[in-house]
Amino acid sequence: MDLLEYQGKQLFAKHGVPVPDGKPARTVEEAVAAGEEIGYPVVVKAQVLIGGRGKAGGIKLAKDRAEVEQHAEAILGMDIRGFTVFELWIEQASDIAEEYYAAILLDRSAKLPMAMLSRMGGMDVEAIAEKDPNAIVRVHIDPLIGFQDFHGRRLAFEAGIAEDVIRPVGALLAKLYETWIAEDASLVEVNPLLITGSREVVALDAKVTIDGNALYRHPETAELRQPGGEDEQEQMAAERGLTYVKLDGNIGILGNGAGLVMSTLDVVAQAGGEPANFLDAGGGSKAEAIVDAVEVILSNPKVTAVLFNIFGGITRCDEVANGLVTAFGQIDVKVPFVVRLDGTNDEQGRTILAEAALDGVHVEKTMLGAAAKVVELAG
Amino acid sequence: MSILVDKDTKLVISGLTGREGTFHGLNNLNYGTQVVAGVTPGKGGQKVESIPVFNTAHDAVAETGANTSMIFVPPRFAADAILEAADAGIALVICITEGIPAHDMMRVYVHLKRGDTRLVGPNCPGILSPGKANVGIIPAHFFSEGNVGLVSRSGTLTYQIGNEIAQQGFGNSTIVGIGGDPIVGSSFIDVISKFETDPETELIVMCGEIGGDEEERTADYIAERVTKPVIAYIAGFTAPPGKTMGHAGAIVSGTSGTAAAKAEALEAKGVKVGKTPTEVSDLAVKTLRG
Repeated sequence: MDLLEYQGKQLFAKHGVPVPDGKPARTVEEAVAAGEEIGYPVVVKAQVLIGGRGKAGGIKLAKDRAEVEQHAEAILGMDIRGFTVFELWIEQASDIAEEYYAAILLDRSAKLPMAMLSRMGGMDVEAIAEKDPNAIVRVHIDPLIGFQDFHGRRLAFEAGIAEDVIRPVGALLAKLYETWIAEDASLVEVNPLLITGSREVVALDAKVTIDGNALYRHPETAELRQPGGEDEQEQMAAERGLTYVKLDGNIGILGNGAGLVMSTLDVVAQAGGEPANFLDAGGGSKAEAIVDAVEVILSNPKVTAVLFNIFGGITRCDEVANGLVTAFGQIDVKVPFVVRLDGTNDEQGRTILAEAALDGVHVEKTMLGAAAKVVELAG
Repeated sequence: MSILVDKDTKLVISGLTGREGTFHGLNNLNYGTQVVAGVTPGKGGQKVESIPVFNTAHDAVAETGANTSMIFVPPRFAADAILEAADAGIALVICITEGIPAHDMMRVYVHLKRGDTRLVGPNCPGILSPGKANVGIIPAHFFSEGNVGLVSRSGTLTYQIGNEIAQQGFGNSTIVGIGGDPIVGSSFIDVISKFETDPETELIVMCGEIGGDEEERTADYIAERVTKPVIAYIAGFTAPPGKTMGHAGAIVSGTSGTAAAKAEALEAKGVKVGKTPTEVSDLAVKTLRG
């Protein structure tokens, strides 16, 4: 789960990571009130889950009340690379002496937490790596011991940051690690990590991702919702407990098991088709789940044909077939379906479909045959 | 021969008394696996059919000599159950549970690395050595004894590929699901190194997917250390970056972890990569028939 900048900063503040004073605002009036309370100059920042806000005109400095009003008016409702701005963060302006980069993340390769520091902040980490791979220092942390002072010193000295801020930057990194652990984050990134003219160390931005599997331990975070942050079909699928990812094409896909569904998308693409979605109906797909899944897939208006690719292990093909018959009884289906049933009870499943003789349903025996057929029918 | 589970496996199941635990535990028992115990705190002294249930893993090991543990408890209790099994001296822990917090697995992984317990999973379908033992949820009726070692990050995709190979008349030494999470106890390399020394295994099939760099590292390992033929499949060529494709570990981050990069890394080291499950099966069969 990705958090908005200000939601991340609120978690930072809770764990003692220094952040500038600020307030969220959803209307121009709230933005003006926030500006008046914080004191000028302030920065009006669009809150969206996508980078490049500054370049898109979503971050503006305001010297007075009139400018806050003008910028808030312009930024609220703005589209930033496909994301609509519903919220602003009004923040005390900071004077910038130096910009560093800091992050804590889970290094999948080493299976350990990793802290990163660079003195070249303000640009994204890939850009830093491209400019000078040695400018990013990485240190692994033993999670059974935690972040030690020496980790902070190593990072700071090796990154070559200004000597007078080595101790406070180390202290900030320790607090950042504390945030990462306490909040079950998979990523906390501060870019830029700011050194002000008066040599204070401040997190000027916050990019925080929380592990969705750990949200039961963080009910307050789980309740944070980003309006407009989710796709309509993805939201609908989440409410029904289905694993769904929206894609750009026109062929709706359903399968059982994440690996098989990914493989199905690939095979459809190889046959010249464009998948509209990833949908895993799960290891033990029951009839109700099939009905839900068909509704979600067909609610995407781009879908012109649907492929069901089932390999029955625990999932029984006769249950999937019954689910499809039920779904066709409840939903007005206007696009062709290609159904491939293989594995446990596949013959019973195919018999059920043959007897039901559903309009526009084509049964195929193999995965490749089914992919070719659905591409042909999708047009 | 086979790897990891066989006739000597004495299995204790954490979560045996739950609905899924009972269903799959009895399936494993009926297959011929020695299921010697269950663990459910507070239900010690009860039985699930013929299988005695204990309050702790330590009691189960002391009373039954269990050497392998299967974890079937909900995600929030799973890390604790794995650590308990390891503390009780279990040599092999197979965790089926999906949805364990990544930080829990990070701590479990680091702790287990310092001891002698091997973990397979989590978020995996388990391990099947046809004709010998089935630990987990792999539908055993598709598979027979044979000489293909199969290792995969995914469940149903493994059944798909395994079944295509089976239909051409070949069986398996062992099928190992290593799991779809970002942190799993055993890697492709851990399992392939066991297949390499297993006399029954003549050919190895690995099914990878997007996310992480396990496949790339396995390619290097195969080139340096593996003499048996390896056929690979990678799922997720069409996955967009930044989206988790069902498995928590199946995500392309920026430009890293793509299917194309994995397939290229494997092919560069001489591993044949099938473009579809059917092609993987065809390549495997062609190699086996020489």
